[in-house]
Amino acid sequence: MSNPNGKSNMQVLLNGIIKENPTLVLILGTCPSLAVTTQAVNGLGMGLAAMVVLIGSNVVISLLKKIIPDSVRIPCYIVVIASFVTIVQFLVKAYAPSLDKALGVYLPLIVVNCIILGRAEMFANKNTVLASACDGIGMGLGFTLALFCMGSIREFIGNGSWMGIDLTSKLWDPVIVFLLAPGGFMVYGALIALVNYLTNGKAIKKKEFGCAGCPSAAACAAAQKGGANE
Amino acid sequence: MKQFAIILVSAILVNNYVLSKFLGICPFLGVSKKLDSAFGMSVAVTFVMALATAATWPIYIYVLVPRGLSYLQTIVFILIIAALVQFIEIAMKKYIPALHASLGIYLPLITTNCAVLGVTILNLDEGYNFAESMVNSIGSGLGFMLAMVLFSGVRSRVDASKSIPKSFQGIPITLIAASICAVSFMGFSGIVDGLFG
Repeated sequence: MSNPNGKSNMQVLLNGIIKENPTLVLILGTCPSLAVTTQAVNGLGMGLAAMVVLIGSNVVISLLKKIIPDSVRIPCYIVVIASFVTIVQFLVKAYAPSLDKALGVYLPLIVVNCIILGRAEMFANKNTVLASACDGIGMGLGFTLALFCMGSIREFIGNGSWMGIDLTSKLWDPVIVFLLAPGGFMVYGALIALVNYLTNGKAIKKKEFGCAGCPSAAACAAAQKGGANE
Repeated sequence: MKQFAIILVSAILVNNYVLSKFLGICPFLGVSKKLDSAFGMSVAVTFVMALATAATWPIYIYVLVPRGLSYLQTIVFILIIAALVQFIEIAMKKYIPALHASLGIYLPLITTNCAVLGVTILNLDEGYNFAESMVNSIGSGLGFMLAMVLFSGVRSRVDASKSIPKSFQGIPITLIAASICAVSFMGFSGIVDGLFG
């Protein structure tokens, strides 16, 4: 089965994991990527929570795409996304209370994660239900993978362990700054640079925060231009 | 008065929303290229943060909690913020067109800004009363402004530099610069104990 843009569902799924990885190539969802990746397991948990919301919201929005009037679509999407976030919040609270504590305020903040609204706007309201579900899985896996990588690096350097298993903390002192805010920015920047290097600069064509995949891209561009004109 | 001063200083310097809590990173990176737009955006964010707190705190405490509906927090808050931003834009356009001309373009960006939703949720998580919540919101907004304005200066130097390795150009070097800014803000970590302890 092919979709309007001529891609099979499998291609749509893989697209999200590698070619259009939301965190490392599209540079979306930066806040949770930086905030929760102090441990590999937190990155994994955040990624999976966002993936569940993403799949759910993509499917529902794709089902409702003919019913939702165009002029009020963004508020409608936000309500759908917020409902799924609430469900996930309760599931995590019930079955993984330690993860709930670690993610804290960033769990409800999945609502304003621009990956989810972005995919609703860019993909789910134009494509079939099955394709939207595949897109949700792919994007979710890509996000999870990126967060897991960042979490692994920060946990290994900053705490000398990986997935809670003690590795090097007895051999040398861990560099604690990697668990704090500066380490987050540093590891994220270095990872994007690595993706750039490995793909010879092909992956990330935009050299600016043009935010093509972001739902507020147009408003952001206007804000930049408006500031220049003042 | 002392507890207000502590909340204010820690919101602006110690727990800076951008550089230590990672909230509002999108506008921090997206709108920080020019000093004017960085300042305008932060004024708009501070304004909406204060109004959003003024709206969500009473609704949560006096409407949701007594009726056992506190699980609706996320949905209700995001809808209040979205409606509030829309309302401010309409009201500003009608009554204060001069302000709308300078701040209006930033308002659509604020609905999906995690700093605004974050501050309303964190106020309740911290158990602040109404006055403390307002002080915390304004302080967080001012902290956001400080980070934005400082970083727009750093940014203009980084963008003018010609000697950045190819893979680091653009987004990666901006994040590394933000990392160094965050290191400098870590220097404030003991300031509350020092001043008020």
